[in-house]
Amino acid sequence: MANGSGGAAVLAAGVGAFVLGVLAVAADKSVAVKSALVFYRPTGQLSGVTTTAILIWLITWGVLEWRWRHKTVALRRINLTALVLLGLSLLLTFPPVADLL
Amino acid sequence: MEITTRGLWTLIHGMGFGGLYLLACSGALVELFLRFSAGEDGAISSKQVGFLKGYLIAMTVLAWLAVLTGAYVIYPWYRAVPAPGSPDLAAFPQRLLLSNPTTSGWHSIGMEWKEHVAWLAPISITMVTAVFSRYGREIRNHPQIRRAVICFTVVSFLAAGIAGFFGAMIDKHAPVEGGGAIHLVRGD
Repeated sequence: MANGSGGAAVLAAGVGAFVLGVLAVAADKSVAVKSALVFYRPTGQLSGVTTTAILIWLITWGVLEWRWRHKTVALRRINLTALVLLGLSLLLTFPPVADLL
Repeated sequence: MEITTRGLWTLIHGMGFGGLYLLACSGALVELFLRFSAGEDGAISSKQVGFLKGYLIAMTVLAWLAVLTGAYVIYPWYRAVPAPGSPDLAAFPQRLLLSNPTTSGWHSIGMEWKEHVAWLAPISITMVTAVFSRYGREIRNHPQIRRAVICFTVVSFLAAGIAGFFGAMIDKHAPVEGGGAIHLVRGD
């Protein structure tokens, strides 16, 4: 069985997590981004940050799955990239780190 | 003995979905780490693969229910804004925390982190479930995929743990209460 599907899922999850972190910081720093990300007023910008990140994650996953499902991909590099993105997301969502940016 | 509607939702979100998810994480990690290692010689039956698949699907459902109830049911009550000059902030947990320098960090660090980091749990575990559903026992022959799946499960556990810890501490200092009262047991 080719490893492309696994690589697509892993990398897309890393991308989705990273986008979540970036959008959380962007909404915190920019009033325009903050108001643009209010999709549901009672929840505020959290609704837009999470919905957008989830959409980007799922679209990335779909595209990568379509391109890689029958292929054998360089998983070591993909794993490393995904884990770095995931780690950055953990850092970016931590308010004291976001405040330094 | 009674509980408010909002208190009940907080209980369902935190101790129900979130607490069960955290408990389930350790089981998934043990299964993935021990039974599906490349070096293991023991045969894996379809029943065992099916069980772990079902277990991961249940975890995925719990993780999504936890973040969705948190963001769309409880969070609006938490961040509600009182009328200007309102002296009683008990029904406005965010404002209550921010009104005192000894508790404001529970919002500015705790809630600000929790509300975002919690979403890494469902994203990670959905990926893990999808990959395991696709590869099943074949995951033994793909050590790189197995490693990624275990790392993401650990991060998912960590994210849920951070969210759970801050959720519990915030609720201790400024509980989300209100709505109708539900009588559980009548006292003497």
